[in-house]
Amino acid sequence: MSIKPPAGKGLLPKLVIRPEYEVSDIAQAQISDVAHKLSLAERIWNINGVRKAVILLALVAAWQAYTVGFDVEPLMLPSFSISFMRLYNDLFYSDLIYKVWFSVKVLLIGYSAGLVLAALLILWATATRFGSDFIAMATAMFNPLPAIALLPLAMLWFGLGTASLVFVLIHSVLWAVALSTHSGFENVSPTLRMIGRNYGLRGIFYVLKILVPAALPSILAGMKIGWAFAWRTLIGAELVFGASSGSGGLGWYIFESSQNIDTDAVFAGLFTVILFGIVVENVVFRNIELRTVNRWGMQQ
Amino acid sequence: MKNIPNVLVRSEFEATEIAKADIGDVARKLTLFERIIGMHSVRKLSILVLVIVVWEAYTQLSSVSELILPKFSATAQALYQAVASEQLLAMVWNSMTVLVTGYAIGLVIATLLTTAATMTRFGNDVLSTLTAMLNPLPAIALLPLALLWFGLGADAIIFTLLHSVIWPVALNAHVGFMSVSETQRMVGQNYGLKGLVYVGKLLIPAAFPQILMGLKIGWAYAWRTLIAAELVFGGSISDTSEGASGGLGWFIFSNQMELQIAHVFAGLFTVILVGVFVENVVFNAIENRTVRRWGMQAQ
Amino acid sequence: MAERNGSAAGKKPAAAATQPILKVDGVTLQYKTKEHLITATYRVGFDVYPADRFVLLGPSGCGKSTLLKGIAGYMKPVEGAIRLKGREISEPGPDRVMVFQEFDQLLPWKTVKQNIIFALHNGGKTDTVAEAEEIAMEYIQKVKLTGFEDTFPHMLSGGMKQRVAIARGMAMEPDVLLMDEPFAALDALTRLQMQKELLQLWEDTHFTVLFVTHSIEEALIVGSRILVLSPHPGQVKAELNAHHLNHDNVGDKKFAKVQQHIHDMLFADRILEEDVKPGARG
Repeated sequence: MSIKPPAGKGLLPKLVIRPEYEVSDIAQAQISDVAHKLSLAERIWNINGVRKAVILLALVAAWQAYTVGFDVEPLMLPSFSISFMRLYNDLFYSDLIYKVWFSVKVLLIGYSAGLVLAALLILWATATRFGSDFIAMATAMFNPLPAIALLPLAMLWFGLGTASLVFVLIHSVLWAVALSTHSGFENVSPTLRMIGRNYGLRGIFYVLKILVPAALPSILAGMKIGWAFAWRTLIGAELVFGASSGSGGLGWYIFESSQNIDTDAVFAGLFTVILFGIVVENVVFRNIELRTVNRWGMQQ
Repeated sequence: MKNIPNVLVRSEFEATEIAKADIGDVARKLTLFERIIGMHSVRKLSILVLVIVVWEAYTQLSSVSELILPKFSATAQALYQAVASEQLLAMVWNSMTVLVTGYAIGLVIATLLTTAATMTRFGNDVLSTLTAMLNPLPAIALLPLALLWFGLGADAIIFTLLHSVIWPVALNAHVGFMSVSETQRMVGQNYGLKGLVYVGKLLIPAAFPQILMGLKIGWAYAWRTLIAAELVFGGSISDTSEGASGGLGWFIFSNQMELQIAHVFAGLFTVILVGVFVENVVFNAIENRTVRRWGMQAQ
Repeated sequence: MAERNGSAAGKKPAAAATQPILKVDGVTLQYKTKEHLITATYRVGFDVYPADRFVLLGPSGCGKSTLLKGIAGYMKPVEGAIRLKGREISEPGPDRVMVFQEFDQLLPWKTVKQNIIFALHNGGKTDTVAEAEEIAMEYIQKVKLTGFEDTFPHMLSGGMKQRVAIARGMAMEPDVLLMDEPFAALDALTRLQMQKELLQLWEDTHFTVLFVTHSIEEALIVGSRILVLSPHPGQVKAELNAHHLNHDNVGDKKFAKVQQHIHDMLFADRILEEDVKPGARG
């Protein structure tokens, strides 16, 4: 016995030495289920979508009950059914769908132009230290500047049309994407960088094959923020200045309806905005994430 | 048969004494110049100066119209004038009062929602349903409704600000709470933390990186919403303080209407300055004292 | 320590009269995943006496970590009972402090010293800051981290982090210290070092420790008594003595014989099922 309490520490409790024993035969048979499936009801209730749908229905029911039960003035708060019917009518029997398309078109042009510019800036930043410093400077300055604040200037420079909208959209996308991509690149682990160099990757190949995939979580985060800013800027710009750009988009539809105190159309417009937002965030971006960073186990 | 090389057995050796002296400097300080060039702030500042010089030179030398692009000097002068005699600071103050009110109320509501969501599964489901629906809805789209419900006034803007703050803050804080590691939760319970003490002493610090991210996104949305709202309705909405009516957004819009482009630029500079101050001074200071010091920053 | 020493002092000479400090009696533990209900241990029973270095040994899937969580109070047994000093365990508490395998068990927003003070303060061990600080410094010195007391955990190496966790656990002077594979994530040399230090710390105060491991060698070195568990679900296979074995015996005949014996016991019937619950230990 090598571990003995040293002399003078007699007060310490002593090890109690007991006889050993072994179980020769473990009765496996008595155990009914080592692992069994949960009941069907338990499993259905465990599906997040089911519970969320129930809550959504409850919210809608509460809204409907409140407006109908308390006889709320429809001009202030129309009931859910009226708003929903209005949405249905305007989508299928009126020109709401064209207004949506008009907004989406402008959004896509602005968003992709912003991405291309961001990519060019980032390439420059990875190639030269001056470029890197410039990006750091420019993003620090322009990222906190709400794109919509540039709209008055844009209208002065590009007139009242689509060009102004695209300009502010580019501004809203460019800096958010550049900022997070740049910091994503800087945070690529030295090990991965060395691996890339080890296998002889240089220049654009090094960027595309090592930096971009390694920094994809932050690039995607930047693209999501950029999308959120762009979407907000576009709706804001149309709400505010849509009047002047003629054809009018979704934001303009909301603004026009509210000017006419056509509240159920305002709600129909808001529904459309929400639906489109959900599609982009939960379908488009979610799928990109599932196929890339989630599959690679890289999501934060 | 291929010739496979054999192991070449050599004699062993051990170094008895390692000569330390003749290596020279093991580590040496960089020269002053090397260190100055290495400082980020110095490099950023020189780029800023360069941009200003190019801007001024371009507007001086080419015949670009003052209405398209004013000189930097004219802009600086307009900024000075606006601060000195046109109550620009009071307008900034108006904007910030509304912003801070909306942000603070938004935080309180977000905290309540997140607490409910953390305590019960029902609260959790309600919060995730609400955020999934309402987070993609730009706050500014609610402004027409807010004007209808609350009339022209600061209340309507505060309502839209609430919407822009609550969802990103609640969403991120909730995600943060959910992803606190199982080990840290067990440590907290092990030492007897329960209820609100457990939330305050364990969950909040452990989820702080995500909470902070939510606060920053909430701020960014609120700031953008406020400027957008003021751009249109500012003149009529926030004439709260003595004399100066409207906020920063209104300053930009009204000067644009009067084709005071140098003033528009001065207004934009002010927006940038406020934004840079909040993001790079306020939030950076919080980050330095918390997540960065604790080695917890997400990226 | 004061109360434990006090109670033990009175009965010091008569080892046979010493009562078990922890009694685990026919404990079955189950937990739910999204789809399944898993039985982790089935009617496991054992007694831990004061000053025991009691090891729970078994392959992956034998429920040893789950058992430790049950003792810590994070899970309730579906049958059987766990009693500490005669009281049935119903919730986590500072009388059974747990040291985890994961490095993130230290609160990253607190320094080394603050982590220990946090435990002492919230565990109700101390009333004043000065008192807590004094105890914290004493244990920091015990685990040889003097000079690092104001460092944040992210600056420490893995071995140092585990030392802080051990110091934090021991500073609480719990009735039993629960250690869940505390050295599993360390490199071999550091692990060896930490095992030696743990034994040295034990010699100072003879604290009671419950130690989970899947390494037979570590069990023999660290443990005084070893509970061998079968996998899926965990059931008691044997309880063996190892108080006569430590680092000095590694490689000698006696050690190798016990090692081989346990190995045969665990793997003879080939029920090593790594795929019982992927990603989970014990």
